[in-house]
Amino acid sequence: MISKLLENLKLIWKVLNRPSVHYSLGFLTLGGFVAGVIFWGGFNTALEVTNQEQFCIGCHEMENNVYEELKTTIHFTNRSGVRATCPDCHVPHNWTDKIARKMQASKEVWGKVFGTINTREKFEAKRRHLAENEWNRLKANDSLECRNCHNFDYMDFTRQSKRASQMHSTSLASGEKTCIDCHKGIAHQLPDMAGVEGF
Amino acid sequence: MKAGKILSMIALLGFSFSLMAASVPEEKIATLRLAPIEVEPTPPAMQKVINSDVKQVRNYPMQPPVIPHRIDGYQIDLKVNKCMQCHARNSTGHSQAPMVSVTHYMDRENNFLASLSPRRYYCTQCHVSQLDAKILVENDFVDVKELMKHSSTTEH
Repeated sequence: MISKLLENLKLIWKVLNRPSVHYSLGFLTLGGFVAGVIFWGGFNTALEVTNQEQFCIGCHEMENNVYEELKTTIHFTNRSGVRATCPDCHVPHNWTDKIARKMQASKEVWGKVFGTINTREKFEAKRRHLAENEWNRLKANDSLECRNCHNFDYMDFTRQSKRASQMHSTSLASGEKTCIDCHKGIAHQLPDMAGVEGF
Repeated sequence: MKAGKILSMIALLGFSFSLMAASVPEEKIATLRLAPIEVEPTPPAMQKVINSDVKQVRNYPMQPPVIPHRIDGYQIDLKVNKCMQCHARNSTGHSQAPMVSVTHYMDRENNFLASLSPRRYYCTQCHVSQLDAKILVENDFVDVKELMKHSSTTEH
């Protein structure tokens, strides 16, 4: 029984070790190409599935806390019906950044498994820490995820309120400030802001 | 026994009739619900909030100034006061917004505090934004300046 299994394993290893002896080069090239397409496509499809709001709010931690809060804001419902979903703001669109973020997200899987924020109280206790992570990310990439939709070059200050155009044409235009510096808490409730700059 | 019962019934009836007579006729009852109780009427369109950023004149010196901009989604709770992001003393430099009155930094013994007094913390308790709406009832408020002008012309 075991000797038969070993025999089989040996055979498989022989084929894997020198495949061109057993299969034609054309078959190996074509087969490799097709397999590559399938694996790459599968990988991207799986990645895209995890980039959907339905996936995000599959966890009650997200659905009952942050998603509920988003529902009351301008980024969820507004006059023109354009809305931002979770990944629009929380997952970088650029491929390498996206993969880096996905690797970081393994920590979130850990959190899910061990239930670090599985109650409202635990979530509230962690809110400042979680918010700071996002503020730091947006501060570091110059609010890239905001700017994916809100392009500064196409902002019409004449259609903004006096206050808004004043701020956007000075601090934002000069690059001294970025979106997240002033617009914290536009999509979710704010944590205790004691000691946060500007508050 | 039976007579007593009947008498009390009559007395009760008479009392309730007199109550009905004294009550306000139905057409005079002011109501905001302009539809029968079992009907859900279409609510009126939401009014636009004035967002001009132009300071509005106070109607009397002690009036809390009204907010000349939208405050949708401004969080004011134990964790954070969104208004203070612009209106706090140390924020007015970059925001150029009016600083909250100095009284808001005083406790009830008139001691000055470093930050907002808890009794003045909830901005929207006194300060409200304004709607660009037609007034529902006539407003006969007269500015005290007008009143004084009026009285001085009648007395002298």
